[in-house]
Amino acid sequence: MTTSINARAGASSGLRLARTIALRVGGVLLILLVISFLTFTLIYLAPGDLVKNLLGNRPSTPAAIAAIEAQYRLNDPFFVRYVDWLVAALQGDFGISIRLQQPVTTVIASRLGVTGSLIAFSFILALITAVPLGIASAAKAGRLIDRVSSATALFGLSAPSFALAILAISVFAIMIPVFPAYGAGQGWLDQTWHLILPSAVLAAGIGAILMRMTRAAVLRELESDAITFARARGIPERRVQRIALRAALIPIVTSAGLILTFIIGGTIIVETVFALPGIGQLLEEAVLFKDLPVVQAITLLVAGSIALITILVDLSYMLLDPRVRARELS
Amino acid sequence: MTNLTQQVTLSSRIRIGPGKHRDWVVRVSTVFLAIIAIATLIAPFFTDLARKQSILDSLLPPGSPGHLLGTDELGRDVLLLTLAGTGSAIAGPVVIAAGSMLIAIIVGTLAGYLRGPVDWAVGRIVDVLLSLPVMLVAIVVAGIFGAGYWVTVGMLVLLFCPSDIRIIRAGVTEQAPRPYVEAAQMLSLSPARIMYRHIVPNVWPLILTNFMLNLAIALVTLSSLSFLGIGVAPGTPDWGRQITDGRGILSDNPAMLLVPAILIVLVAMAINVLGDYLGERLRERGMQ
Repeated sequence: MTTSINARAGASSGLRLARTIALRVGGVLLILLVISFLTFTLIYLAPGDLVKNLLGNRPSTPAAIAAIEAQYRLNDPFFVRYVDWLVAALQGDFGISIRLQQPVTTVIASRLGVTGSLIAFSFILALITAVPLGIASAAKAGRLIDRVSSATALFGLSAPSFALAILAISVFAIMIPVFPAYGAGQGWLDQTWHLILPSAVLAAGIGAILMRMTRAAVLRELESDAITFARARGIPERRVQRIALRAALIPIVTSAGLILTFIIGGTIIVETVFALPGIGQLLEEAVLFKDLPVVQAITLLVAGSIALITILVDLSYMLLDPRVRARELS
Repeated sequence: MTNLTQQVTLSSRIRIGPGKHRDWVVRVSTVFLAIIAIATLIAPFFTDLARKQSILDSLLPPGSPGHLLGTDELGRDVLLLTLAGTGSAIAGPVVIAAGSMLIAIIVGTLAGYLRGPVDWAVGRIVDVLLSLPVMLVAIVVAGIFGAGYWVTVGMLVLLFCPSDIRIIRAGVTEQAPRPYVEAAQMLSLSPARIMYRHIVPNVWPLILTNFMLNLAIALVTLSSLSFLGIGVAPGTPDWGRQITDGRGILSDNPAMLLVPAILIVLVAMAINVLGDYLGERLRERGMQ
């Protein structure tokens, strides 16, 4: 009897979970649609001669202009053009880069690797240094280790990436030439070597946010009634700390949103300063050269990845916190 | 779910260890920020002087007679350039943090107190704006439209306010069911009066700590944009711009790059220290 009730409850909560996820995904798709419309409008309103922009460095003969107008359907009404673009984009065709004369998807795909490894490296670097430091300084709040690591985190939070990047280049590439100053390098080992300095710079900011979050969360948990009660019951200190850490994980995971916004700004800056051929640098160049199809595609790519990660964070929140799970599924 | 996320991140952003040594750190930060504020106010009077070029005095190293921090390749005095640059480096972030807070107080309180369709509409607009990172939009919009300084600042005000709206809305919804609000409703005070005279003062700690946090982020964002050459015209004295120009003459006069870079870091650190301190004090007072 009880098992059948449990099974039914399980099935219906699974159904509710699926519905919650479907609702979130639907919301995200709607937001992406709105953003695609906004970027399209923005680019439509961009100042300057669109035909001239689209021509790039080709000669502006009447025939070429006519070809451009036909290719981009410049004489069609705004909404027709938007719908055409949207239909093509849904089929994976984001047009042709004006500056590079290659399909936008090819250009972006060729840059994705560098940016992906840069973000992955710096994230892992920040994770393995900042989280233990945050836990340690919460456990020893007010002592030397806490003061030193809190001050370091404050510095990492306050120093703009571009200042850190220039500092890193001057010290570790010019004064003490250990690391390469810029470029992506050739081959697997060389590429990794070229990524160390940029990753360290990006990791400084991520680590600073992460460390402060971890410290605050663990500190709050250690002061909570639940932990006092656990100690009063005589539960060994090691287990008490494990309980505190598990509960502290929730606010740490939810700081992902803040970290994500930092990573996106930071990647653009770091790739520009270190001349890394990634998405950030591509965007910076595309904006400079008014390579509008590329700008549009990157904006959507970024918005899409942010939306995806936000959903994952919210789902992990449900996984970690039974209270949220109960509320979301009821 | 996302509202909860915001609330959690907000309350955990602020907190730094106890200890006596913090008292003098806070004091030093306050004095330093006061000096920077004075420099910001007098900066406009030095703009013309800082722009003065003299080819004969180009690329003097720091410590040269008459030029304490040396000169750049156009012969502009680096000390004057840095002083004049304080204006655009500090005034913009203050306007961004204050402006976005003001919008957030008005809109966030409306959404949090009235609820219903207003809340729904505000929530959806905020959702869209929050899924676009500030730096990305700033680079794309300002870059494509070639925006000037104040247009860039105005755009950053709009980009900063969604997260503020969310934070204030959360604070107001938390205040709305409290007895004092009910009492005010019983006295049939107007909703506007209840919202802005009774509820807003109670979310003031939230507003203040978030203002300080935004100030530091705006300083870093705006200087990063001007470093990329967005929002400032070439030749304008500005810290971010000065760092870009300073990279080329690093071996001749390192002060051109180092002085504004160190100043940005110090100002942001001082703001963060003060923000942490204020947040802690206000929370302690709220708990009593």
